[in-house]
Amino acid sequence: MTMPNETDTTSPKHLCDKYAIVGVGETAYMRGSGMTTRALGTWAVRNAIEDAGLEPSDVDGMLSYQSGDSTFAPFIAGDLGMRLNFYMDVFGGGSSTEALVGLAMGLIEAGMCKVVVIFRAMNGFSQVRIGGTGARAAAPVSGDMLHSRAYGWQSAGQMFSPTFMRHMYDYGTRPEQVAAVKAIHSEHASNNPKAFYRKRVSVADVLASRIICKPLHLLDCCVETDNGTAIVVTNAERARDCRHPRVLIRGVVGRCSKPRMDMHYQHGPVSTVAGHYAREILWPNSGVGPEDIDATGSYDAFTFTTMLQLEDYGFCKKGEGGDYVSDGTIRLGGRRPNNTSGGHLCEGYTHGLNMVIENVRQLRHDADDSCPVGPDGRRRHTYDYREGGCRQVRNCELTANLGWANPGTGSAMVMRRD
Amino acid sequence: MAIQATYLGMPLDINDLDVENLAYFKHCAAHDFHLQRCGACGLLRYPPTTACPWCASPKSEWIAVEGRGAVHSYTEVHHAIQPAFRNHTPYLVLLVDLDTQRGKPGEHEALRVVGNLVTPQGRLAPPEMVRRVGIGTRVRMVFSDVAPGLALPQWTLDEGASQPASPWRYPQE
Ligand SMILES: [Zn+2]
Repeated sequence: MTMPNETDTTSPKHLCDKYAIVGVGETAYMRGSGMTTRALGTWAVRNAIEDAGLEPSDVDGMLSYQSGDSTFAPFIAGDLGMRLNFYMDVFGGGSSTEALVGLAMGLIEAGMCKVVVIFRAMNGFSQVRIGGTGARAAAPVSGDMLHSRAYGWQSAGQMFSPTFMRHMYDYGTRPEQVAAVKAIHSEHASNNPKAFYRKRVSVADVLASRIICKPLHLLDCCVETDNGTAIVVTNAERARDCRHPRVLIRGVVGRCSKPRMDMHYQHGPVSTVAGHYAREILWPNSGVGPEDIDATGSYDAFTFTTMLQLEDYGFCKKGEGGDYVSDGTIRLGGRRPNNTSGGHLCEGYTHGLNMVIENVRQLRHDADDSCPVGPDGRRRHTYDYREGGCRQVRNCELTANLGWANPGTGSAMVMRRD
Repeated sequence: MAIQATYLGMPLDINDLDVENLAYFKHCAAHDFHLQRCGACGLLRYPPTTACPWCASPKSEWIAVEGRGAVHSYTEVHHAIQPAFRNHTPYLVLLVDLDTQRGKPGEHEALRVVGNLVTPQGRLAPPEMVRRVGIGTRVRMVFSDVAPGLALPQWTLDEGASQPASPWRYPQE
């Protein structure tokens, strides 16, 4: 299948390596947090600032995203005694994380801020569920929802499933190939003490779990949790004074990925998604290609979103994603491990930020695991990936994070170890 | 005129400001499918919008469009999120390529009109009918009446069309 015409791109190469992520932090991934999203966000932000070796008073910018299910940046800043020079809360989703990193870079580049925190806080299990259940599901249907929700077509899984069905039809992708994503992410989560689900499951377990909406089984869907997550962005020079080895941002993209974005699939091959367009910016402005990447962090809201993104960002040929995710490449110990924390499928669902946090730790060579810390404060990794073992990727120098919200928008980021 | 109605126990609401949807559903209520045709580039579009997604022109007119096509993709919902649908699982959500304007403006484009698989009378299809339909199935439009001024366009098997010997279905069944 040939792809639609390309469009003009702008790729700001001069920003390469000019900014860094210097702090990462989160709360536990929980169900029944017993806390407000304001409290969750406050703890996550505080942890990320502390991880950077900074003080709250160093932070002068804060960005967050939500879907009407969270607190706002000024509240968190107030609770931590910060005086912000710029704040922005956007209505966002899976493609917001990396896009907001781009915004943070722009704010610093423009001289409006020096240190910017990005957070996401959500009681995604015990309050508003992204899966769509609860009071929100029963709200009156109006506007564009008359052409979706009125047909019982509304949760993310329901909305995205026709994309995957068509992918299977176009390319012969098989359910067991995609189920391998869950099996592999569960292996990774078994080596992550923070993960909500740490039990390893098999491809057969996924296929035997109940159907939610074809082609999605229960275990093809991510785990809804309550949590807060946060990262700290500053310039590469300032990053030298922070606590950890520098993790530099090579390139970032937030692109409305189809020339005509819609959730009704009017445009282009429906089995082609965000990355096909976002990669036109991501790779040129990062100065590397998918073949250079040591570990990926894909937006695994569902098993197949991982496959589609890896394919469309160019980690394998279009139509070969089923083989790519099931041939061992994305497993710890494989050529290019994906979602080494277990991702949304196993660690917890936090709308994309946890995979950025994980890749920062991978690039610091400090993915927290069972390996001991030496007297120099550095981990002595065993690279033994058996259950309960290490989850550090050997010689991890370059990572890619792929963010997805729907077939029309995407954002992504490449980071490197200094 | 604003419309408030209930469909399968689900509240539907079109307010006075939503002139595009009011016009769209008024035609549907007469069981007469209409779409906007751009006054500049001449392309049809779905769902209703204020400007043309292909050329940004604000000018459009409503024209009658034949409700026939083939299933482009689908999902079969077993776990309903919308409470109204809980007693109707499994149900199909279909993306149907209309025969009209298929392959325009580009080879991957079509008017892909959403709907459920329903009986010819417009009721959500029973499980044995759900199991017969997949990618490639030929369908025709019927309507589910909701209220005066409001009916939902839906899809049912096109009995008059030649059907694929076995439409593509999710393999793990
Ligand atoms: Zn036009």
